[in-house]
Amino acid sequence: MTIDAAPTVRVNDFAIKLANVNGTGSASANSLLMQAIFRMGIPVSGKNLFPSNIQGLPTWYEIRVNKSGYTARALEYDLMVAMNAQTYAEDIAAVSSGGYVLFDSSWPLDDDLVREDVKFLGVPLARLCLDNFTRPRERILMKNIAYAGAIVALLGIDAELVRALLAETFARNEALRDSNQKALSLGYDFALETFDCPLPFRVEAMAATDSILIDGNTATALGALYAGATVAGWYPITPATAVMDNFTKLCATYRREAVPGEHDGDAPTVKNNYIILQAEDEIAAIGMVLGGGWSGARSFTSTSGPGISLMNELLGLAYYTEIPAVIVDVQRTGPSTGMPTRTQQADILLCAYASHGDTKHILIFPANPAECFEFAVAAFDLAEHFQTPVFVLLDLDIGMNDWVVPKLTWDDSFVPDRGRVLTDEDLAGMKEFFRYANADAEHVAARTLPGSDSKGAYFIRGSGHDRFGRYTENPAEYQEIVDRLKLKHASAAAHVPAPVVLRRPGATLGIITVGGCDLAVREAIDLLADRDLPADFLRVRGFPFVTDVRAFVESHEHCFVVEQNRDGQLRSLIAIETGVPIESMHSILAYGGFPLSAAQVVDGVVAHLDLANRKD
Amino acid sequence: MPSIVKPLIPLAPLAKNELGLTIRDYEGAMSTLCAGCGHDSITAAITHTFWELSTPPHTIAKLSGIGCSSKTPTYFVRGAHGFNSAHGRMATIATGAAAANRELTYIGISGDGDSLSIGIGHLAHAIRRNVKMVYVIENNGVYGLTKGQLSASADIGTRPKKGEANVVAPIDPIMLGLAMGATFLARSFSGDKEQLIPILKAAVAHNGLALIDVISPCVTFNDHEGSTKSYRFMREHEVKEVVTDYVPVREEIEVSLAGRGTRSVTMHDGSVLTFRTVPEGYDPTNRLKVEEYIREHQRHGEIVTGLLYLDESAHSMHEINHTPRDGLNKVPFSVLCPGSAALEDLMTDFR
Repeated sequence: MTIDAAPTVRVNDFAIKLANVNGTGSASANSLLMQAIFRMGIPVSGKNLFPSNIQGLPTWYEIRVNKSGYTARALEYDLMVAMNAQTYAEDIAAVSSGGYVLFDSSWPLDDDLVREDVKFLGVPLARLCLDNFTRPRERILMKNIAYAGAIVALLGIDAELVRALLAETFARNEALRDSNQKALSLGYDFALETFDCPLPFRVEAMAATDSILIDGNTATALGALYAGATVAGWYPITPATAVMDNFTKLCATYRREAVPGEHDGDAPTVKNNYIILQAEDEIAAIGMVLGGGWSGARSFTSTSGPGISLMNELLGLAYYTEIPAVIVDVQRTGPSTGMPTRTQQADILLCAYASHGDTKHILIFPANPAECFEFAVAAFDLAEHFQTPVFVLLDLDIGMNDWVVPKLTWDDSFVPDRGRVLTDEDLAGMKEFFRYANADAEHVAARTLPGSDSKGAYFIRGSGHDRFGRYTENPAEYQEIVDRLKLKHASAAAHVPAPVVLRRPGATLGIITVGGCDLAVREAIDLLADRDLPADFLRVRGFPFVTDVRAFVESHEHCFVVEQNRDGQLRSLIAIETGVPIESMHSILAYGGFPLSAAQVVDGVVAHLDLANRKD
Repeated sequence: MPSIVKPLIPLAPLAKNELGLTIRDYEGAMSTLCAGCGHDSITAAITHTFWELSTPPHTIAKLSGIGCSSKTPTYFVRGAHGFNSAHGRMATIATGAAAANRELTYIGISGDGDSLSIGIGHLAHAIRRNVKMVYVIENNGVYGLTKGQLSASADIGTRPKKGEANVVAPIDPIMLGLAMGATFLARSFSGDKEQLIPILKAAVAHNGLALIDVISPCVTFNDHEGSTKSYRFMREHEVKEVVTDYVPVREEIEVSLAGRGTRSVTMHDGSVLTFRTVPEGYDPTNRLKVEEYIREHQRHGEIVTGLLYLDESAHSMHEINHTPRDGLNKVPFSVLCPGSAALEDLMTDFR
């Protein structure tokens, strides 16, 4: 089969989708492709759309390449790599007209699957691997690297670079490295000989950048490491588990030291400047965090929605007794178990008001792994400054997918904000210490840590207490505390990361968004501008909100709130907390579990404006 | 309210401990529990224990959950740092606190509702982790603050003040501890300070979680005929066979070790624990024997008290996790943060 010469060549601007069966080793082949494109200096994204299962169910991986940096999820695919016969029909149907399907031609494709407007590239992957490998496991696994080899040829990816990547990956396993290199060649050579490579859409190397390829969970763990977190309590849950896996790995590298002159048998005695406790449940995990925070250690947990549900009780205790805690919530699709491997932003209200009674928490919303790192550090400062739980709300897309972001840097002059903590010297100079008295202008009262002089001893209680920390059932004394807590929360607005605002001349539309919607909304704003619909952009990065948020809503004739949940939770939170009428904002929602695309935003805006015009 | 200050009545000069502190320095606010409550006796025993051990009050962290028992940390060692947490969750907070600062002496006060129902999972896992703390269950078989519902430790046949007799099996914290790999298990009776104080002292010295189940009659809701957690029942059915003496590390050890089956165990900190009048065939370091012995007596309706099981060789949470000796909360930020050069190096992994 030959490929017709395509009329137009598209360089560094296309999307491909790979359809696989999970648990068959495709993930490493797919990320190899993405990493190779990244190393060529080209903006790229990889979205893993995977099932909540270990082996045997359909899974997809989408790679979008875009020289301008539009790397939100694409909904149109130029190439489908159809490796899962179970989903052939839907996968082949998803290819753009004029696009390509790469399939395993070891077996014939059913006639009814063939589309006239799509070109089929048959690569006999199973046959190639059967002929060239002897071990049964390799015959299966190596099909993945073989199709990657074909794609390298078809897209014009630098083959030497891919070989170098394989050599790095399997540096310690020569046999595996050789098998992988061989499989890569099988696919690569076959494609070069059989097809007119590269395809009309292809990659070309761009100028080298300082960017890195990293997922949000890893970046968050790095942030916790750099913030000086020492106590972690956690319970395994998708999609947050990798936060603690990475924190564990990082601590083993950076927080472990040998004790001079001491030995455990033959090995030197090690000292860990951290403790990571895998708890019996999320209740225990947050309990451990409170114990650590009470004791003056930077403490955190990572979880997802179901874990937050369980933690509610002790989150209220932390709020009311004023104990610092950092909670990383990598949001997944709810309610209940929901879709654990799919993304959503549906814990916003849950986290904002977690626990019974009047509670209100500080939330921060990173949009990408670079912000995960930066905001994780900020979260520990905020938690100790305001003596309260702080939530870092990621989502599965940010947490588990690899993103191209500027490399992370650290300022060695950074001094952590440990908040108002009294030392024994401070106490010696005081007549008396009362836990909740003498709050500062931000309504934060000084605390002491357990172990400090008895003058600073007090009794923390989740029951009603007065400004002296004493038990009370007196209405005025009780209200004094909860009123101060409300003011304290409000004063955090000036400390949470400020919103990102981008303005366009003549804009009458305003689009507010949050977290991982960032790239799709920015792309949508460019697409809307092409349609003469200039829109301003505001991305919320922290709660409580600064006054700018309300002003932004009020200054736009049409204001949209784009988020990934069914009920428009961010929109509600803005209305409740800023007092702006909820009707002054229109929701654009995507909550099916996949990352947002610009097209969904553009369609939402246009549909609403059409409707509004018709009403006019 | 627990914050009512106890009147200071001048008495003859009170004895001072090594720190020059009197027993009054180890007291707390006046109890608001019912008159005659077993819990108040336990509070008194704890007060004495810390005074006698000369533990500096500010080095004690006292934690509790919710319930009558959990109110009691207010009533002892006012100079200690206190945390009255949420129902059943004390063990989790104590775990985190101990993790962050291993230099303090942690004592958790809980009840049978707190520890054997809502918090049983946390208790089981704190035992598994061997968190270095004293864990006291003030066990009265009922929920007092909610007015007398039976708890999970109520024996079959126990009759609440109102309603039907209990027909479901009780949970025995000692048996739970044996199954979970506990390293220190004791049972005592709130009315027996003489037995309880040495047990508490040994518990403070123990390198791990020391679980003490103290039968503590509820005078209001569970001290009647038909209750197996009443003063009368305990006086009639207690088998006080495993008696212990505790000798702190600083005292010269010359205690006479008379009696049948006497056995000494050196604690982690160098102090010595002596089991005396240990019955024939009883080995407090043999998990199976201990279980068999307790069960045998239970069959006859008898409650064995004393320090029942001890394993001083096991590693505590801190040894398992290799945390620094002076506490994680004291490690300076400059040590914790790897700095810009390390990050720059690490970035090559993400290229």
